[in-house]
Amino acid sequence: MIQFLVHDRADTVAVATVDIKSGETAKGLYMETREPIEIKVLTDIPLGHKLALKDFKVGDTVLKYGHDIGRVVADIKAGEHVHIHNLKTGRW
Amino acid sequence: MNSPKFMGFRRENSRVGIRNHVIVLPLDDLSNAACEAVANNIKGAMAIPHPYGRLQFGEDLELFFRTIIGTGANPNAAGVVVIGIEPEWTNRIVDGIAETRKPVKGFSIERSGDLNTIAQASRQAKEYVQWASELQRTECSMDELYVSIKCGESDTTSGLASNPTVGTVIDRLVEMEATVSFGETSEITGAEQVCKERAATAEVGKEFMRVWKAYDEVIKQHKTDDLSGSQPTKGNIRGGLTTIEEKAFGNLQKIGKKSRYVGVLKPAEAPTGKGLWFMDTSSAAAEAVTLWAASGAVVHLFPTGQGNIIGNPIVPVIKLSANPLTCQTMSEHIDLDVSAILRGEMTLDEAGDRLIEHMIRTCNGRLTAAETLGHREFVLTKLYVSA
Repeated sequence: MIQFLVHDRADTVAVATVDIKSGETAKGLYMETREPIEIKVLTDIPLGHKLALKDFKVGDTVLKYGHDIGRVVADIKAGEHVHIHNLKTGRW
Repeated sequence: MNSPKFMGFRRENSRVGIRNHVIVLPLDDLSNAACEAVANNIKGAMAIPHPYGRLQFGEDLELFFRTIIGTGANPNAAGVVVIGIEPEWTNRIVDGIAETRKPVKGFSIERSGDLNTIAQASRQAKEYVQWASELQRTECSMDELYVSIKCGESDTTSGLASNPTVGTVIDRLVEMEATVSFGETSEITGAEQVCKERAATAEVGKEFMRVWKAYDEVIKQHKTDDLSGSQPTKGNIRGGLTTIEEKAFGNLQKIGKKSRYVGVLKPAEAPTGKGLWFMDTSSAAAEAVTLWAASGAVVHLFPTGQGNIIGNPIVPVIKLSANPLTCQTMSEHIDLDVSAILRGEMTLDEAGDRLIEHMIRTCNGRLTAAETLGHREFVLTKLYVSA
């Protein structure tokens, strides 16, 4: 069963399509190529929420849809939940 | 491409509607009570109350008239009764709607009072309802259809599945020479360069950027924080969307992969030709759908993630969602469940087929979830304070 999807090959975050539990090795797919990808998940990720596909440092840019969707405001490890506690808009 | 037909109401000006409403339209807040009394007297007449129409001026007043006249002129309305406090602005609305050659009559309250006005307007509404009840649907083609699109309470499932499903349909509708409009100016923030590049010509792209920048300036002028909670909404955030940029790229999935927009419309402005159009609108669902209805759109496609339940008095709003939790817990609001896309059990093309089929059934007369639940949100866009 697929647990997460990645919009674009360049993306650094994925979207959980089911609730994923901390400690699971989750299975996902790149949407365009249908290429499989696996990642060890470090925090609970609710359905629809994002998980990091790489480590981020404060000030880094997060890519989704192949585009910049904001700046990192707290360090993130690959497999962790990415949301308003560690990612902010770069616009407003 | 095989272009499906549908059964619609071809109006006096040849425009095609998919509903056959008789509406009772107030000029102003003061006239809501009389309009509601008329609709209560005459079964089959629908009042569309709203809070404005007094002491507005300049572009705000022009937008007000464009919206009210456009609502009455919409081909989903067979006939219109207008009630206003005084005759001059009432007649401006009547004259505007009369350009469609549909039946319309105005009544004003000053020098007759509510009760006499209600009696006269009720008799007129009764005539219109009985007349409209004999109008027949005729076969219409997709190039006569004007569809608007906007998402609401989006989450990441919108960007993954329900928005690209609409995108698939939009690419097909544009090929079939239908008219389509998208907007949500503020919600394109972060993806504005990508949106600019989807314009049919450099001039249209430039005009889009001018309109987007003007909206962005308003936000920057009034904002007190990063708008988190407003854009994205609390519902968006609950669903996993984090920033306006992320929301914007998900939003743009709705306009498909191929279609290019041929022009930029002012709020509530009617498109002058077929194809895809950008309209300058707020991203608030009821406000935006009200503007599209006033521009003549007769059906609206509305993907939702967390479950926005919006409807419109005259335009059927078709909801689709790919969020399994929403489809389960709010099933009465969702017309089309496309959550199978997330499980890899449905392709976007298959979802597009299902949505087109559902849209045609709705055009033929099937009531939407929002219509059956009585959702008639009619929200005027106000640009600034009144005089």
